[in-house]
Amino acid sequence: MDMNGGQALVKALECEGTEVVFGLPGGAILPVYDPIIESPIRHILVRHEQGAGHMAEGYAHATGRPGVVMITSGPGATNGVTPLCDAYMDSIPLVCITGQVPYAAIGTDAFQECDTTGITLSVTKHNFLVTDAQDIPRIVHEAFHIATTGRPGPVLVDIPKDIVDPRNPRSAMTWYEPTDDIMELPGYRPATAGDPELIRAAAELICAAERPVLYAGGGILKARAAAELLALAELIDVPVVTTLMARGCFPDSHELCLGMPGMHGNYTAVTAMQSSDLLIALGARFDDRVTGRLDGFAPDAKVVHVDIDAAELGKVRNPDVAIRGDCKLVIAELVESLRACGGLEAQPDRRAWRSQISGWQERYPLVYEQSEPGELLKPQYVLEVLRDSTPDDTIVTSGVGQHQMWASQYWRFDHPYTWINSGGLGTMGFSVPAAIGAKVGMPDRMVWAVDGDGCFQMTAQELVTASMERIPIKVALFNNAYLGMVRQWQEMFYEERYSEVYLSYEIPDYVKWAEAMGCVALRVESPEEVAPAINKANEIDDRPVVLEFRSSAEENVYPMVPAGQSNSDIVVDPSQR
Amino acid sequence: MTAADADAPTGKATAIDHGHRFHTIVTTVENKPGVLARVAGLFARRGFNIESLAVAPTADERFSRITFTVDVASSSLEQVVKQLDKLINVVEISELSPDESVERELMLVTVDVAGGRRHDLLELVDDFRAYVLDANQSQMMLSLAARPGRLDEFEERLRAFGIVQLQRTGRVALPSLDS
Repeated sequence: MDMNGGQALVKALECEGTEVVFGLPGGAILPVYDPIIESPIRHILVRHEQGAGHMAEGYAHATGRPGVVMITSGPGATNGVTPLCDAYMDSIPLVCITGQVPYAAIGTDAFQECDTTGITLSVTKHNFLVTDAQDIPRIVHEAFHIATTGRPGPVLVDIPKDIVDPRNPRSAMTWYEPTDDIMELPGYRPATAGDPELIRAAAELICAAERPVLYAGGGILKARAAAELLALAELIDVPVVTTLMARGCFPDSHELCLGMPGMHGNYTAVTAMQSSDLLIALGARFDDRVTGRLDGFAPDAKVVHVDIDAAELGKVRNPDVAIRGDCKLVIAELVESLRACGGLEAQPDRRAWRSQISGWQERYPLVYEQSEPGELLKPQYVLEVLRDSTPDDTIVTSGVGQHQMWASQYWRFDHPYTWINSGGLGTMGFSVPAAIGAKVGMPDRMVWAVDGDGCFQMTAQELVTASMERIPIKVALFNNAYLGMVRQWQEMFYEERYSEVYLSYEIPDYVKWAEAMGCVALRVESPEEVAPAINKANEIDDRPVVLEFRSSAEENVYPMVPAGQSNSDIVVDPSQR
Repeated sequence: MTAADADAPTGKATAIDHGHRFHTIVTTVENKPGVLARVAGLFARRGFNIESLAVAPTADERFSRITFTVDVASSSLEQVVKQLDKLINVVEISELSPDESVERELMLVTVDVAGGRRHDLLELVDDFRAYVLDANQSQMMLSLAARPGRLDEFEERLRAFGIVQLQRTGRVALPSLDS
């Protein structure tokens, strides 16, 4: 069938199962926006290309399907760089289609030209510059294949205008079905099953360990291995920590769950890892926010490290057993291997270890002091009420900073894919667009964006998108008038010399702003108003809602491992010292 | 390398053979635009310098072989090699140790012979099994394909005559047959 490149591109996206594209048109991508009118693909028109990228990330994380972005050349593409990098750091499958100036104009500093593949080279898993319309179905198929297999990640496809413009003869192509057979990727061999001998070696280490900890990372979610992890933990009765990227992969309410480790992890999760004699790292990457000062991290622990990406094995901490493979398959094999060794019977008596852990849990729970009458709200309290007033499977997205840490600490994640945040890159402004993308992908689920006032001001305009597209997300906006996490660091490590961190409680007026964007908005200032406001927000299902919680500026996130220090130097809440 | 570079201190090859600071990496990559930039970028982002680089298609024209020498500690190199292997266009990658591989490099060099030392130079050319490619009254252009260390020695000996211009290709390598 004869087609032009633009039609072929849209049809290729349809063939990959694309149901929604987040994007914003412009000169170079214009010809592709014409066939979109006839396509069953839903297009969400964003107000800034960064929003499109984060929406696609939220969509991908919530649904497990790749997020698709379509933006134009030059500034469109450069605005997309932040979400591409975010997706790269957090291994989110995205396919980003960028318009490019006509092939003959590339390299001439044409209007809205930039070297998109050059700029995005180090923030994508792979990128393509398409030079022939005939290649479009194959390259789109390769892009989806690369984005979704192995360690997932963003893939960018840069498409010069002439090969998609029906008025240009270079756009002529003959359609063919994009199948796996036509892919030309001789250098791409994603790992799958782990080496059985190494799995046996891991099982042996586990059977010998007295103080083991399962260190579950975001890879568990990417591999869709939550059920396997649960089976493993229960089989050997070993506690689990879930990293910031893994929250929800193991139920917080499970007795074996110790919660989040790391810089703002809870005392028990951090200290259990520190005292462990075997860390079983599954899809985790020993991030500096988890390990603290590396030479002081889990000094007595042997390490079993399972990761689909060979470059993660030994990158930070040398493992005793390194298994390259898909977590779902490797954990299932490990469970088999441990069963064959005798299951729970073959495990050493770990009652002392368990009782040590319960001791820490009792002594150092997460704590905060409720506000006195007349004081501003405590964000921890608001989050507890929000948690208890929403369905169990509510999807929570977050920006970056104090509110993110409190949300991760105080929420109870009992389902995988209910927590969506920017972990690796730490992108402020992630929350609102990510929530929109998650809601588009999971329209029947309640979606709350937990956000800070600094973050909100970076991407709030996407609430216009949400209103116009009738995407009823809810935003819990914690207004503490500060870039709160930076303020906390200046208080603790810069002798309370506050430099450029004050924002203001009053400007902007968040309620008016949200209303101007088509949202229902409420300001909440006292504890007794919190639950009614949340209940009201939960009842609104035809437009976005913003609740502005006026929050205490002085509240700090604890526990905290100060940057550059060992996890053994964890600083707990002042009331616990 | 320019004539000015030719006057800079050498001894690089010595370091490769004995110091184990330099490593020779051979990658088979897809013969496509931008692949060299992807490979080089992984070194550049870490501030690692590529000492020597040679790129050409293999017997199968769909693929190219990139041979490069880098000045990196072994531990850092292992990480870079793993990340190189992740590049979609990189098909194969290996490190070749000097003991288990055959390395060759080609040098073209123009030498001043105006001082009447043409005869001495031709003796040197014979010794090293180099070739004379071009000559006029005052200059001779020579070529030598040999081990990189041998090129260093040749270069050193030519200094006495006066090197006008010098260009080396960067090393290429293949594993020894019995390794």
